[in-house]
Amino acid sequence: MSRKQVIQGGARGGGPRADDTGCPILHVDMDAFFAAVELLDRPELRGRPVIVGAAGARGVVLSATYEARRFGVHSAMPMTRARRLCPSAVVIPPSHGKYSQVSRGIMELFQSFTPLVEPIASDEAFLDVSGAGRLIGSPAVIAELIRRRVREEFGVTCSVGVASSKFVAKLASRQCKPDGLLVVPADGVVEFLHPLPVAMLWGVGERTESALTRLGIKTVGDLARVPPATLKRELGQAAGAHLAALAWGRDERPVTPHTPDKSIGAEETFASDVHDPEVIRRELLRLSERVAARLREGGHVGRTVSVKLRRSDFTTITRSRTLREPTDVAAEIYATACDLFAAAGLQRVRLRLVGVRVEGLRPVEGVSHQLKLGERDLGRREAELAADKAVRRFGPGAVVPASLVRPRFDEMDL
Amino acid sequence: MMFRVDRDVLAEAVAWTARSLPARPSVPVLAGMRLEVTGEQRLKLSGFDYEVSAEVTLELQSGEPGVVLVSGKLLAEITRALPAQPVDVVVDGAKAVVTCGSARFTLLTMPVEDYPSLPTMPPAAGRVGSDVFASAVAQVAVAAGKDETLPMLTGVRMEIEGDTVTLAATDRYRLAVRELTWQPGQSDFSTIAMIPGRTLNDTAKALGSTGAEVEIALSSTGGKGEGMIGFTSAGRRTTTRLLDPEFPKYRSLLPTEFSARADLPTGSFVEAVKRVALVAERNTPVRLAFRGGEVVLEAGSGDEAQAVEVLPVDFEGDDINIAFNHQFLLEGLGAIDSDVARLNFTTATKPAILTGGKPVDNDGPEDYRYLIMPIRLSS
Repeated sequence: MSRKQVIQGGARGGGPRADDTGCPILHVDMDAFFAAVELLDRPELRGRPVIVGAAGARGVVLSATYEARRFGVHSAMPMTRARRLCPSAVVIPPSHGKYSQVSRGIMELFQSFTPLVEPIASDEAFLDVSGAGRLIGSPAVIAELIRRRVREEFGVTCSVGVASSKFVAKLASRQCKPDGLLVVPADGVVEFLHPLPVAMLWGVGERTESALTRLGIKTVGDLARVPPATLKRELGQAAGAHLAALAWGRDERPVTPHTPDKSIGAEETFASDVHDPEVIRRELLRLSERVAARLREGGHVGRTVSVKLRRSDFTTITRSRTLREPTDVAAEIYATACDLFAAAGLQRVRLRLVGVRVEGLRPVEGVSHQLKLGERDLGRREAELAADKAVRRFGPGAVVPASLVRPRFDEMDL
Repeated sequence: MMFRVDRDVLAEAVAWTARSLPARPSVPVLAGMRLEVTGEQRLKLSGFDYEVSAEVTLELQSGEPGVVLVSGKLLAEITRALPAQPVDVVVDGAKAVVTCGSARFTLLTMPVEDYPSLPTMPPAAGRVGSDVFASAVAQVAVAAGKDETLPMLTGVRMEIEGDTVTLAATDRYRLAVRELTWQPGQSDFSTIAMIPGRTLNDTAKALGSTGAEVEIALSSTGGKGEGMIGFTSAGRRTTTRLLDPEFPKYRSLLPTEFSARADLPTGSFVEAVKRVALVAERNTPVRLAFRGGEVVLEAGSGDEAQAVEVLPVDFEGDDINIAFNHQFLLEGLGAIDSDVARLNFTTATKPAILTGGKPVDNDGPEDYRYLIMPIRLSS
């Protein structure tokens, strides 16, 4: 799910039947995941261009079926642009709960093949199946099995790249999309990589890409032939060394199972820019509530609260503060977020986006709380836990802070 | 202007005055120390940073009247390093020359007319022994907040009712209260003042070394506005601006009924808490389980290092498991000034009260109370 998925081309260094010896790494990527999940509920839309994303003026495409992609629609594209490119597309607003439910099921399925599963998004994961060879079969056999079971049990398709390292596996799955399987043999990595455009490498964003284009580097092969010292000079020590290694297919990063969330955040782009601090604080409250609910749901607490504030001109500042104790309480996150907002000195500045994030997560078990003078035994946290229960029973919005009831859109600085 | 003075006397007076000088002065002259020789052969040294003022008056061996402003920090460093011989200071135009034995320093002077005049001393309110005052302030200031973003918690509250002074401070996690008697100017004197905690502690400590009585002067009575408190003792006087007299209504927070009481020898309790706290990270608890005649101290948990120690205890009441921030507990134990530490409990999530467990004789019982809020362990 990135801007690069529109880039086509590149050579195929292998295929489903290639030699998978020494290729224990699988990258499984769901095909147009959110859209595919939506189609389960709306089978009549199969074969038609379907876009998932908020329909508003500032909505972006979260997912698009391959029928829509044929028109040039891709994820992260502004919705207005997508509709222009493909006026016939059906736009479905996202329902994240549904996707994460399917995602959880699929991740559990992966777990039944190997404990070494590293989810990197709700719709993709790395698997290291080196230990499953005796029990189940070779990596390519497992990949085929996973593809079949995902299709049969969840009704959606996925593409699997099989390779000796994580980043090659990821490139391989991209090359065989949709609904494909590609094995890049261990001795065919260089052959597979070198014809690919350099922008497909992990860690090459727009900025790096234009820096490389200036040097006349277009393909991974070009990159591989540049002396590492030159790359380090042009791109910095770390990035240069990293790319030089990747260009020859060297990627030592292991599959790290269960990467715990490092942070949980939520952000909101306003329908139109806002400068009223009252409206901004109300949004900070809503986001704090959302973040706190997700922290509690995942059994996390975090000590650092940060806010992100983006001005109309897209310049963005983030400010953070580390609390005395880790928290999962919306009231505390909100109070800190408001302090940070006040200290940022952007009170009458028009903001396009605000975000709240809690970092430094750890499990809630074993976390203790220093009581304050006059603090009641049952505090804010208990109130919010009770609200969680009501929400689980009666659905989202069952309990919300009073100031978020009936948001006054007339104040939204129209 | 010129004067001659004993080196030790000068060094001590300069050091005391320099304490109140700002580290980063908002105006350059505030880094200065003002030296004035008065007609009566006295030397007056003063420093001021708009919050705190300090002034010492010394008897001189000889001198010619005049006034000069020099860098206080530099003068303090110089006088500290001088040999034990009489010190001569002579002002010559824009320079001040300090001579002592074979050493000679030339200091630049600052424009004395730019220096703000020190606040006048508020009216005297009463007197207290400087050593009693210093120890009482130290016992209370330990609980004052250190977070400058919450200024109202960095103060020590001084409540005066006739001949009783009650000092109190809290950082919301603990609360220290100390009562002492003093000699008020008027027997029905009554007021409340919030004094910046660190300044008060420094001042009380510095005056405590004189062994004389401290005269306390107050210019505000509870209300809003630019209140000021002054302390005078043995030729030294200092003033401090007061904070807003905003403070939690703490008396109602002090429990009066308890479900259990524990008496422990302070020394071995402190040692044991320090030992088990070695495995407790900052802000993590030390857990205490009181069962009959013993207490089990524990810290650390699960996948971390752990420590446990058992101490005999003179315990009465219901068994209790309670956890505290070890730093808060140790600071309280360090402040009670008694061989026996007494802890009174109600429940594991209600404040515990730490007092000196000495027999009820002098000054009535519990002239010092240190309330400490427990840490609630996640269930």
